[in-house]
Amino acid sequence: MAHLSDTETAIEPAVAKAADGNFRLPTHWLGVAPFFIFALMFLIFPTIYLVVGAFQNNQGEWTLENIANLFQPNILAAYWISIRISLASALLGALVGFAIALAIVRGGLPAWVRSATMTFSGVASNFAGVPLAFAFLATLGRLGLVTILLREIGVNIYALGFNILSFWGLTLTYLFFQIPLMVVIITPAIDGLKKEWGEAAATLGATQFQYWRMVAIPVLWPSFLGTVILLFANAFGAIATAYALTGSSLNIVPILLYAQIRGDVLHNPHLGYALAFGMIFVTGLANVFYIWFRTRSERWLK
Amino acid sequence: MKTGRFWAWLTFAVGAAYFFIPLIATFEFSLRMRRGEYSFDAYRVVFGDIRFQETFGYSVVVACFTILLGVLLVVPTAYWIRLRMPHIRPVVEFITLLPLIIPAIVIVFGYIRMYGSSSPLPFLATRRGTDLLLIIGYATLALPYMYRAVDTGLRTIDVRTLTEAAQILGAGWTTIIARIILPNVLIAVLSGAFLTFAIVIGEFTMASLLNRPAFGPYLQNIGANRAYEPAALAVIAFAITWGCMAVIQLLSRFAPKSANNPSH
Repeated sequence: MAHLSDTETAIEPAVAKAADGNFRLPTHWLGVAPFFIFALMFLIFPTIYLVVGAFQNNQGEWTLENIANLFQPNILAAYWISIRISLASALLGALVGFAIALAIVRGGLPAWVRSATMTFSGVASNFAGVPLAFAFLATLGRLGLVTILLREIGVNIYALGFNILSFWGLTLTYLFFQIPLMVVIITPAIDGLKKEWGEAAATLGATQFQYWRMVAIPVLWPSFLGTVILLFANAFGAIATAYALTGSSLNIVPILLYAQIRGDVLHNPHLGYALAFGMIFVTGLANVFYIWFRTRSERWLK
Repeated sequence: MKTGRFWAWLTFAVGAAYFFIPLIATFEFSLRMRRGEYSFDAYRVVFGDIRFQETFGYSVVVACFTILLGVLLVVPTAYWIRLRMPHIRPVVEFITLLPLIIPAIVIVFGYIRMYGSSSPLPFLATRRGTDLLLIIGYATLALPYMYRAVDTGLRTIDVRTLTEAAQILGAGWTTIIARIILPNVLIAVLSGAFLTFAIVIGEFTMASLLNRPAFGPYLQNIGANRAYEPAALAVIAFAITWGCMAVIQLLSRFAPKSANNPSH
C-alpha cells in the first residue's frame, strides 16, 4: 500500500497546477457522475427509503412504534436464531479455516497442497445458495449418503436427534462456504508474519508456545476478529441456502422478510421496513467493528 | 517439526474430508434415479427439461448484461479516480463495499417499494423494465468484486503516462477508455466478469422477489418437488462455479507483471 500512495501524491500537484491557470468548471466530477447517480438510485436511496419507512406509520407520521413492534416474540426469536446460526458458523468457520490456513502455510506440507487448497477455497467460497442446500440434502438428508452409510454401521443420526433442517444442520451447511472464505482471507495474513519475529523471539529464548502467545496471536488477532465479523455478516444476509433447505420451517430473519415481501405476513408494511432496518443495523454494526479491526491489523501487516 | 507436520496433514485430511464427502455424496445421489443401478438419468431429465433450458438461457443473458453494465460503470469510474480524483477514492471504495453490508434481500425490497408501477420511475410496470431492474440489482451485488478487480488491474499500469500519450496523439476520452485503458486491464476485467457470472447465474433472492424466470428460482422449485434432479443440478452448478474460478486462475497467469506489482 505504501508505494501506491506515493504515486497518488505525485499525480495530485500536477493536476492542480494544470487546472489553476484555466477557467475552472467542476467538469472532472462528470467523470464519476454516472457511478454516483447509479449508487444513489439503486443502492443508497432504496435503503434510505426502507430506513425512513421503518420510522413512519401508515399516515406518514414519525413514530418508533415499528421498531418497538420488532420486540414481539416471533420476530425476536427469528433475530435470535439468525444471530446464533451466523455467530456459530462464523466462529467455527474462522477456527477451522485458521487451522487449515496454518497447516498449509506453516505445516511443512508440499507446495501443491497449498495451491490446491487455495484454488478449492476460491471455488467453495462461491458455491452457496440453492445448489449448496441440494448437496447437503444429498449428504445428510434422510436418504443422504452419509446418513445411509452411518445407519449401516448402526448409527442412526436421525434417531439421535440430528436434523438437517435445524440449527446445527444449517450451521454445518454454512461452514461449506464460511471455512473457505476464512482460508482465502487469513492465509495472506499468516504469510505476513515475518520470519524475523520468530527468530528474534527464539534468540531471546522464547519457546514456540511463547512465540505464539506473545507475538503471532496478538499480531493476527485483529484480522482474525475482523474476518469473523465478515463471516457473520455473510451468513446473516444469506437466504437462498436456508430457504431451499428448510422451506419456511426455520424461522430466520431473511426468510421472515422474504415471506413479508411476498405476502405481508406481518400485516403491516411498515413493520417489514423495520425488519429490513434491523438487518442493516446488525450487519452494519458488525462491519463497523470489521473496519475498526482491519485498520488496526494493517498497521502491523504492512 | 515431525509432530507439526503430522498435525498439518491431519488438519488437511479432516478439512478435505468435510469438503469432498458432500460433493461425492451429491454425485452419488444424482446417479440413483434408476432403481438398483447407477445411471445418468437425472442429468438426462434435467438437460431435457424445457424449463431448465429457458431459465438457464435467461440467466446467462442476464449475467452477460450484468457484466456489460458493471464494466461500463466501473472501468471509467476507477480510471477517472486514479487519474484525477484520488482524494474521493475512500468514498467510492466505501460505496462499493456497501452491498456486502446491505443484504441483497433488503436492496431488492427497496427496489420493489421505490420503483413500483405507480412510482415516478415505474421499472416494475413492464417486463423489460423488471429485467432491467434485475440486471441493475445484480450489477450492484457484483460491484464489490468488479471494482476491486478493475482497481487492482489499473494499479499495474501507468494510467497517467498512457493518458497523456493518447491525448498528444489526439484521442478523446471515449477512445482513451475504450482503446487504451480497457485493453490494458482486460485480464482484470475478465476476472471480475467471471466472478460476476458465478454469482449471478444461480442467484435466487432478487430473481424470485422480482418474479423473473431465472435459473435460481427454477433450482428452488425443482428442489421442492423432485428427488434426484436437485443433486444433478447441484453437480452442474458446482461445475459452473469451478469453471469460472478455473478461468480466473488461468487469466491471472497472463496478468501483466510490472514494477508496481511484482508479487503477481
